[in-house]
Amino acid sequence: MTPLSGYLLVSALLFCIGLAGALTRRNAIMVLIGIELMLNAANLNFIAFWRFSENPETMTGLMFAVFSIAIAAAEAAVGLALIITIYRHFRTANVDQVEEMKG
Amino acid sequence: MTLPFAIIAGLTVGSAIAAMSLRNLVHCALSLVLTFAGLAGLYLQLNAEFVGFTQILVYVGAVSILIVFAILLTRSTEPKDEPATVTPWIGIAVAISAFLTMALAVLASPVGKRAASPMGEVSVKTLGQKLMTDYVLPLEVMALLLTAAMLGAVIIAMKDKEGSR
Repeated sequence: MTPLSGYLLVSALLFCIGLAGALTRRNAIMVLIGIELMLNAANLNFIAFWRFSENPETMTGLMFAVFSIAIAAAEAAVGLALIITIYRHFRTANVDQVEEMKG
Repeated sequence: MTLPFAIIAGLTVGSAIAAMSLRNLVHCALSLVLTFAGLAGLYLQLNAEFVGFTQILVYVGAVSILIVFAILLTRSTEPKDEPATVTPWIGIAVAISAFLTMALAVLASPVGKRAASPMGEVSVKTLGQKLMTDYVLPLEVMALLLTAAMLGAVIIAMKDKEGSR
């Protein structure tokens, strides 16, 4: 079986791809997708550390991942609703052109 | 490193790179679906069946559909000739340095070489029992959070009828 470091490296790669996307893309939806990738990388870490822990029967990491997925779903719903509202207001989803918070 | 792990990991990372670098937003969303499915495969490899199927249901099923809808609702006036990124090299340099830091830490740590411990029966039944006993408070908080998020998303995205804009 693959050692723990393999999973950790895949997770680190996913996190950094998401980070690069969130930092460089101009479309707000792409920024959100980058954040989702980073969340998923953290989830993969939770599952991997759970599987390679001393006693996986306690299922702590598994539970944390389940709750983390639920929170990520809520975050995606609210984030996309915000992006749609911003688009309706400013007529753009480009994060560089949304410069004021005043309505 | 086993062959199935290499295939799934390569697929996941490759489609993640595609999701972050393609120009067409719909293509990005479709690559993202592939990434989520690959992650579900990795979870299944790690004996986390329930989380794997939850990943497929929540991410492949719900979140990606939400993203596709948001893309379709916000793309009508996107200028075509604008670059998709601005000063990409700074962000990419930050990400690469972060990855090198993490990779060096992972490769240097003795934890990374640990083999998987033999595992007893971890069934969905025991998971459900734990959810209803040890983790019942987080579960209730989660229910409250999901309700609040759903109401909040609907209210935020609702069109105001007065036409103040």
